[in-house]
Amino acid sequence: MGSLIPASQTQGPQAILVGGSAGASEVVSLVLGALPADFATPIVVVIHLPRHRPSALAGALGGKCRLALREPLDKEPLAPATVYLAPPDYHLLIDPGPSFALSVDAPVNFSRPSIDVLFRSAAHVLGPGCAGVLVSGASPDGAHGLRAIQQAGGLVAIQDPNDAAQAAMPEAARALCPDAPILSAQGISQWVQQLSAWQTSPRRGAI
Amino acid sequence: MSGEFDIELPLLLEAIHRKYSYDFRSYAISSLRRRLEQALEHFGCRSLSALQERVLREPEVMRGLLAHLTVQVSEMFRDPSFYLVLRQQVVPYLRTYPSLKLWIPGCATGEEVYSLAILLREEGLLDRSIIYATDINPEALRKAEAGIYELDRIADFSKAYCEAGGRGSLSDYYTAGYNAAVFDKSLRQGVLFSDHSLATDSVFAEVQLVTCRNVLIYFDRVLQDRAVALFRDSLCRKGFLALGAQETLAFSIHAAEFSEFVREEKIYQRR
Ligand SMILES: C[S@@+](CC[C@H](N)C(=O)[O-])C[C@H]1O[C@@H](n2cnc3c(N)ncnc32)[C@H](O)[C@@H]1O
Repeated sequence: MGSLIPASQTQGPQAILVGGSAGASEVVSLVLGALPADFATPIVVVIHLPRHRPSALAGALGGKCRLALREPLDKEPLAPATVYLAPPDYHLLIDPGPSFALSVDAPVNFSRPSIDVLFRSAAHVLGPGCAGVLVSGASPDGAHGLRAIQQAGGLVAIQDPNDAAQAAMPEAARALCPDAPILSAQGISQWVQQLSAWQTSPRRGAI
Repeated sequence: MSGEFDIELPLLLEAIHRKYSYDFRSYAISSLRRRLEQALEHFGCRSLSALQERVLREPEVMRGLLAHLTVQVSEMFRDPSFYLVLRQQVVPYLRTYPSLKLWIPGCATGEEVYSLAILLREEGLLDRSIIYATDINPEALRKAEAGIYELDRIADFSKAYCEAGGRGSLSDYYTAGYNAAVFDKSLRQGVLFSDHSLATDSVFAEVQLVTCRNVLIYFDRVLQDRAVALFRDSLCRKGFLALGAQETLAFSIHAAEFSEFVREEKIYQRR
């Protein structure tokens, strides 16, 4: 598999954002499980969950993941080697810092947390410094946010709708980001690993 | 596009502050940006400058904008485990005071006020309590004072009430009308609803409990510190401060002035 990172990108992302709903936790747990304990780039995950259900996700994902995994508190700065899970019943946003911000504003696309809300704020605050990926889901949430990341110069990827348990979310994303790479779950896993490998490789000085 | 937005944003907030004395200049930026994007759409304005022009000249536009900037979202007994801990671990302390004063800043449309009043009633404390319920949105305060909620929200409220350790049935506290539940006005006999801004106003009473849930998330760190200083100065020694489920004093310059009382529920005690 060749490099997925366009040569025009000169710096690794400050954060990798992952969104999904139905059928997403299997993919996300595959992606997280493959990452080394020193994977530097913070990862922020929004998966739609039934409201009021205490986040069972941390348990489901935590087992296989070698990185620290937690729900961020308001104003918490993004730290390396950490996976952040959006807490149930709040929107999660990125503020300058970058640090996390929360809101209880009305649901978007019937969802709180909404992937669009996270992705748009990250696109605005981090610009080309964020990367976004959308995986399996039965909702159109996230597609506009993914486009915002792409327009801000960030890298994006979409799970192949044929590979996803639920195709609606990746389909919606593909319609808005027609030139985004379409990858299998395995492909997404490699894509995420490359993002960090490329960031942590030492910079060569000018000769 | 977004470049101009970011230039116009502080100008608009400054204009609102000078003209109407509402101070949104230190609100958390990403939430604020979202809400203003929604407001632009609502008012059919092309830019924040266009909105500013209208806000300065048409007070009714400011009223409408206020509704966008202070979205009113609340529920009764949100996070039942919080109310359970309040009942089991904080109430025993509150009981030791001959009279009680409690403050709910950012009370929105009052759901939290009635939740607390019901809890105090069941613990036999409501008769000796004064609750200050404050907010900056006058429309929200009116609704809070009316205590009328849509009937289709009541099933969720009732469930949360039970999980929160409610001693009876939520229906003991309201009468159901055609489309709405009207809460018993004796619950608010000791409640003072009032306009008060955590951004611009000062301390007004000494209290034993402040519950300020999901309000500070809309502030930046500087304004959060201002608000927490108000709470500190209002609270008696060993008084309690309760924040929302994802809020913390950990990043506040005043963190050392409080101790963690129940960490998981974000309940702090003034040192
Ligand atoms: C999300 S609501 C919180 C509702 C309630 N406390 C709860 O947890 O269910 C936030 C409230 O904070 C109010 N608010 C915003 N800025 C404020 C300020 N500077 N001072 C006091 N209240 C403010 C808003 O008007 C709104 O009613």
